[in-house]
This record gives sequence, C-alpha cells and structure tokens, in this order.
Amino acid sequence: MTSPPSPPLLELRGVSTHYVSARGARVVRAVDEVSLSLRAGETLGVVGESGSGKSTLALTILRLLPPAAKIVGGEIRFEGEDLLTKSDAQMRRIRGKRIAMILQDPMASLNPLFTVGDQVAEPLRVHEGLSRSDAWSRARELLQAVRIPAPEARVGEYPHQMSGGMRQRIVGAIAISCEPRLLIADEPTTSLDLTIQAQYLNLLRELQRAHHLAMIFITHNLGIVARMCDQVAIMYAGRLVESGPVKRIFNAPAHPYTRALLASIPRVGSGQERLTAVEGQPPDPAALPAGCAFHPRCPQSHAKCVEEAPPEFAAGDGQITRCWLWAPDRAAPSWPSRSPA
Amino acid sequence: MKRFILRRMGYALVSLFCLSLTIFAFVRLTGDPAVLLVEPGASQADIDAVRTQFGLDRPLWVQYGSFMSALLRGDFGHSFYYRTPVLELYLSRLPHSLLLAVAAMAFSLLIGIPTGIIAAVRVNRWWDSAGKIFALLGLSMPSFWVGLLLILFFSVYLGWLPSSGSGTALHLIMPAFALGWYFAAAHMRLTRSSMLDVLGSEYVKLARLKGLPEALVIGKHAFKNALIPVMTLAGINLVIMVNVAVVVETVFAWPGIGRLLYEGIAFRDFPVVQATVLLGGAMIIVVNLVVDVLYAVVDPRIRYER
Amino acid sequence: MNGSRAAALTLAWRFAALRTGGFPVIPTLIIGIIAAVAVFADVLAPFDPEVGTLGARFHPPFWQVGGDTQHLLGTDHLGRDVLSRLIFGARISMIVGFTAVIFAGVLGTALGILSGYLGGWVDQLIMRVTDTWLALPALTFAIFLAAVVGPSAMNIVIILAAVYWTRYARVIRGEVLSLKERDFVRLAVVAGCSKRTIMRRHILPNVLNSAIVLGTLMLGVVIVTEASLSFLGVGVPPPKPAWGLMLADGKKGLMAGYWWLTVLPGCCIVLMVLSANLLGDWLRVKLDPQLRQL
Repeated sequence: MTSPPSPPLLELRGVSTHYVSARGARVVRAVDEVSLSLRAGETLGVVGESGSGKSTLALTILRLLPPAAKIVGGEIRFEGEDLLTKSDAQMRRIRGKRIAMILQDPMASLNPLFTVGDQVAEPLRVHEGLSRSDAWSRARELLQAVRIPAPEARVGEYPHQMSGGMRQRIVGAIAISCEPRLLIADEPTTSLDLTIQAQYLNLLRELQRAHHLAMIFITHNLGIVARMCDQVAIMYAGRLVESGPVKRIFNAPAHPYTRALLASIPRVGSGQERLTAVEGQPPDPAALPAGCAFHPRCPQSHAKCVEEAPPEFAAGDGQITRCWLWAPDRAAPSWPSRSPA
Repeated sequence: MKRFILRRMGYALVSLFCLSLTIFAFVRLTGDPAVLLVEPGASQADIDAVRTQFGLDRPLWVQYGSFMSALLRGDFGHSFYYRTPVLELYLSRLPHSLLLAVAAMAFSLLIGIPTGIIAAVRVNRWWDSAGKIFALLGLSMPSFWVGLLLILFFSVYLGWLPSSGSGTALHLIMPAFALGWYFAAAHMRLTRSSMLDVLGSEYVKLARLKGLPEALVIGKHAFKNALIPVMTLAGINLVIMVNVAVVVETVFAWPGIGRLLYEGIAFRDFPVVQATVLLGGAMIIVVNLVVDVLYAVVDPRIRYER
Repeated sequence: MNGSRAAALTLAWRFAALRTGGFPVIPTLIIGIIAAVAVFADVLAPFDPEVGTLGARFHPPFWQVGGDTQHLLGTDHLGRDVLSRLIFGARISMIVGFTAVIFAGVLGTALGILSGYLGGWVDQLIMRVTDTWLALPALTFAIFLAAVVGPSAMNIVIILAAVYWTRYARVIRGEVLSLKERDFVRLAVVAGCSKRTIMRRHILPNVLNSAIVLGTLMLGVVIVTEASLSFLGVGVPPPKPAWGLMLADGKKGLMAGYWWLTVLPGCCIVLMVLSANLLGDWLRVKLDPQLRQL
C-alpha cells in the first residue's frame, strides 16, 4: 500500500461502540473494531444494511451517542487531534464548526418554531461570535449558496412555509455555515423523490468542491456511492468487512458480502437501487453468530469462519477485507468472476 | 379540515344537548321536582303554584321544551336566597373565580414546568424519583386539606396571611396554592413526557450537532416545543379550575363560583346549584371544542413536518 | 451521584414501593390495617364516636399540656373522642369507597362492553353520555346529584357510582374494540355463539384485569370525593364520624389552634389514598401494561 503524501484528515483506529442495556445484561456491538481514514476533499461512502452500525459510527465520530451507548475502545484522530480525549466543551466547539452533519431526516431536523434565518445564523453566532445582524446577512448569503430563491424574504420564514427540497437545502446551508473540514451526511436523500435527490446530490458535490470538504456519505444505495464517492467502506454487523477505492471495490469485490450486495443491484439507474436482495436475514445485533458474523449467509463459509472472526487482510491496491478467504497462508480464492488485480 | 371542524362542532352541540337532558332528567325523575324548585319551608299552596308555573303536570317533553327555551334565553331561574336572577349572580362571581384560577395556574406552572423539565433532563436519577413522589403527593392530598394546613401554619401559628376573604394579594396566596397544588403535579407530568418527546426529536439532535451549548439546546430548542402541549392543557385546566374550586373557595371563603355553589347547597338554593353545574359543564365542553379546533388548524403544519 | 448512594436510594425507593417493580409492601399493609380497624371498630374504639361529654370539649392529644390518656388523640367541639371517630371513620371510608368503586365498576364495565361490542346506536348513545358526563367536573356533578337526591350514606354510594362509571366505560370500550378483532372472538362468532355468550365468556374475562386496575386507582379518587362532599355538608350526614365531616367540624376549632381536629383526619385520608394509588400503580404495571397511558 503506497502511503499518501498528506496526513489523513480523519483517522479511526479500532473504534468500538457498544450499547449496554439498563442492567448491563445485553450488549450490542453497534460499532466493532472499525478502522478507516479519510483525506481532505475526499468522499468516503459507508454502505450497509439498516442496523449495521452506519449511523452509530457517524455519531461516534461526533461523540453524540445516546446515553446507553459507550465508546469502549479505539482512537479517533481528526486533524491530528485525538477526539476521544476532548472535554465536552471542546467537542462542542468542534461540532458544527469543524465537523458538520446532515441527519437522516432533514425534513424533521428544522425546529418548527424558529425562523430559517435564526437557525442558519445560530452556529455562526455561537462558533464565530458574529453579531446578530452579521450572522443574518451571512445566513442570507448561505441561502443563496444553496440556491434558495429570494433569500432576503426566505430568511424570515418558518420551516413549514417551505417545500421539502428547500428545507433540505437549508439543512445543507446550516452544515456548511462555519466552513467545516468534514461533512457527515447520514442518508440525506432517502426521504426525497428521485429528481430532488439528484439535485441535492449535485448541490452537495458543488459545495464539497467549493469548500474543499471531506465527506462521509452514509447510505445503503450503491448507485449513490458510485456517483459520489472516492472511497467506500462496507459495514456488516458493526464491522467494516471491506474498504478501499470505489473503482476497485465495484470491479473486484473481495468479501462475499460485498459481492452479494453488488449482485443485488438490478441495474444502476433503474430506480431500484436499494439493497434488498442479499439472501438470508440480517443477524440480531444482540446475538451475533460466533466467528465471522456473515458466515450463516455466506456461500463460501468454512470451519474457520465459525471458529474465529477474521482480522483485516490486504486484498490488493488499498483494498482491505475481513474474510478468511484472504488469509495470506491460503491460496488466493478462486471464484469465477474474480478478475485478477 | 372544514369538515372536521363542522363535525367537531356537531359533537359539541350533541354534548350540550346531552348535558341539558342529564340535568333535566335528574331533577324530574328523582322524586318530586316541585320540592326542589320551591323555597325551603314553603307552603303546600306555594308548591302547587310552582307546579303550575313550571308546568310540572304536563308531559315531560313539553317540560323539557320550556326548560330548554328558558336556558337559551339565558334564564336560569331566580335565586331563592339572593332574590336575583341566577345568571346575574353567576356573572358577578365569575371574575373572582377567574382571578383565583389565573393565580393558581401561575403557581402550578411555576412549580410544574421547572420540575418537569428537570425530571426529563435527568431521567431515572434522583430528581426523577423526587418528581414522582411530588406527583403522587399532588394526587393524594385533597386540596381542601392542603388549604386547612396552610391556614393552620400561615394564619394561626405564624399570623402572616389572612385565613379567609378576598381583596388583597395576600388573600390570594393560600387559595391559589391549595388549588394549584393538584394541577402542578399534572403539569409536571405532562412537561416531563413532552420534554422527553422533544429531546428525542431530530431538530434537537441537529441543535446538538451544531455544537450549541446544552443550555441553549434545552432552553431554546427543546423548551419552546415542549411547552405547546403543556400550554394546551393549561388552557383547559384554567376553565376546569374555575369549576372545581368549590372546596378551596369554601375553606378560604373566597367569593367565587365555587363558593356560590356551596351557598347554593347550604341555603338549599336549588336554582343556583343547577345553573352552576349547567354552566360549568357547558364551559368545559366549549373549551374542549375550541382546543380541538385550534389543534386542527395547527395540525396540518405539524403533520407536514413529520 | 456515586454508585453506592444510588444503590441505597434505589433500595429505599423499592422499599417505599414507589418503584414499580417490587410488590408495594407498606401500602398494602396500610390498607390492610385500615381495613382491620374498620372491621373491628366496635372493639377497638374506646368511646362511642357519636356521643360526647360537653364538659370535655377540645381536649388536646395526651402528649400536649391539658391532654389526658383517657382521650389519646383529644376531643372535638362536642367533646367526642377523636380516636374513636377516626376508627369509625375508617369504616365509613372503606364501605363507601369500596362499594362505590364496585358499583361504578360493574356499571361502567357492563356498559363499556355493550358499547364496544354491539357498536351502532347503542355505542353512540352510551359514548355521548359518557363524553358529556366526563366533561362535567366530578365534584360539581356529585354536589348537584347530592342536592337532588339528598344526603345519606347510601345515596353517596349511588352518587359516586353515577359520577365515576364513565371512566370505566371509556377504557373498557377501547379494550373491547381491539378484542373484537382477535382470533378467539372471531372464532366464537363463526362457531355460532350468541352475542350474549361471547360478551360474557370471551370478552368479560379479558377486560377484568383492566377493570380491577382501574378500580384500585379509582379508590383514592372516590375517597377524596366522598371526603369533599362530607366536608361541604352534602355527603355522609352528621353525627356520623366520616373523615371529611370531621375536617368540616375541625375547621371550627382551627383558628383557635386546635390542630389535631384538622391534621389527624387529613392524615388518615392521605394515607389511605396514597396507599391505594401506589397499589394501583403497581397493579397497573403488573396486570396491564397497556393501561400505562391512563
């Protein structure tokens, strides 16, 4: 693996987040030993079925987990600083300022009782210490930047006076208001219809270029990943089962789960891009199978997979996978469609 | 929405009709109504006069017709004791009741909202438990006993506050506390659950993602939204307070509607009792209607946001 | 808060049975004691509760200056023994409370089942009455009824049942509506059971839990209402020793500082109501999780 010239913007090493039930009886490993890295201006797609821990991963990076969840191990480095050792006040100064996030349901993420301008100006006032009028004029510019028509009039309006697509762009404006270095978007388009989805993705891409943003794009839509991302990480039952450059992973998936995912896409552009058809049921997160969590659904599982969870193996150019098939002491796996690296 | 409002108004009308029928039926069908409608200690001739006056010898539906038409004209009969139309009497007492209700409401919100918020923000900790005890005590201590204890401490032992009557702000403190006590518990519980709902919402999550200080997240983003259902309940409860203050007003000799009702019982002044019940029920039915309609007006916005 | 303190608090909490998990020992004990006192009132009470000695008016409890061990908890304005009146008052509260709750429960459950199962105009009729009556403030409505029928211990029970059956009817109807869609009820319909049989054999047993929980929760409400009515002079007629009546009498000595006439009956009411509420809360969680919203 060739080491890049610039240090990564964000680097996770062996991060684990567990949900513990009230009496400590049930432990859910929502995020388990996840390592990944992201450079400035890059986009990473995080893909997985629902319940695979994608959203928890995002909240882990921001340290905004619900009370029942705890980060139990690992290291999160952002711009060289260890986020897990920051105080709550320090984290607060990072959220919204250096790392922003767009939530799963942008429709519900605006407060119905405050004007759009107030909500866009808020992070500016808190993080940049702008006066009310400065923050509001900045808010107007931001609305312009996210293509809201007539921003002068719109800043004084309430969320319910706007269409869904517009509100979503306002959420985008809030996210970029303090010019963050990293934007995490958690399935930002699932609640939109297709044309507005496409517009929104274009807008995000433009914003990314204009501000040299790094982006983590959480989705279960591989079509969006193909369009938006440079790197991709596949999650299954809290673990990253495969990661690497998008092109490589689409052309030469290493993990049987990734292969099943790719096989389940009917055809990019047919509108049926959701992950539905991987055979078998996703595992119960509170009672994961022993060994590799994917083995009950895996067409190529063998004795080793049941015994022990696989560590990370290199599977070629920047591509990493957690699958025993890639253990160095084994012969290279031989499935028919696997193209040579 | 228009259809909903019309249907809801229809329900309210049916309820009002049902209310008048209930009152009418209980008066006519349990014993001799003439005995109730006549002054205590009246002669047989008086009773007979009342019987013809109210047409008590005629069929029931005719009686109900004249009962209703009198009500619709605002004629609730004459008070035996005060010798004035009952409606006049009622309206002259209403401001006192409203004053007491507003003070009691202010008190109950002042106690209920902060404790409710604290209980919600510190779920399952000591505060939450304390809140539960408080709510339980609120439900279990009759307001008139709370009133009597207040008199015992603040009037008899400490001599700080007047034990009864009205006129100054000092007179208002104890009855407002006694009346607001029970409602404070209800407001606390609603504030708590509403706050918990709001704290789980996406916009509170976004407020945290913006890196806002916790005081701003709770005090601005969560608080205002959590208050909406509490204020709705408070609106209804204000009207209910006017109508359930009988015991408190009796304990403190506060000259409101509750006291009027008590006098109605004490002086066997039946028209007063009947009017108080009718008007109280009607007031609550109307307020429920208004709240439902207001919610319907607001609702599309809320639904749209989800 | 550190762990051990939290644990100690949890324990204290459990013990007081304010916590929903454990069986509420103390409240059950209190209700049991009050019930026993009510049953054995004749044996326990040192004096006749309705007859006083005018020479011994306003005696304070024994530990205060002027008190004596003859009247342990003092005497009232007619020289009647407060302890004896409290003991007999327990009997009145118990009898009125339980019978009213049972009357209201039977009536409300029956009407709720009819309304929910039969639907149509029966449902409309019962629910319109229920809605209207629920809108009336309970105490005001009870006062009106008391003014119409006149005060007596029996009438109080009838009045309370008339005022409170609607609470059962509303809840039970809701349960019946969902039970109606359940397989075992549909099966009974297909098997040709008559409506009466279905309501009696299939619906009633399934709503009984809710009715019992509701009854326990209602006990406290009913006792407070009875005390309020008695306090206002339209409840249990004097000279019967109802707790609410004792409070009304006690008000006469309040300004003179005769605290025991106000504090003691009130404590009895609060203990009783608090215990009933705690027991009801526990039963609610235990028997019927769906009722939590109430």
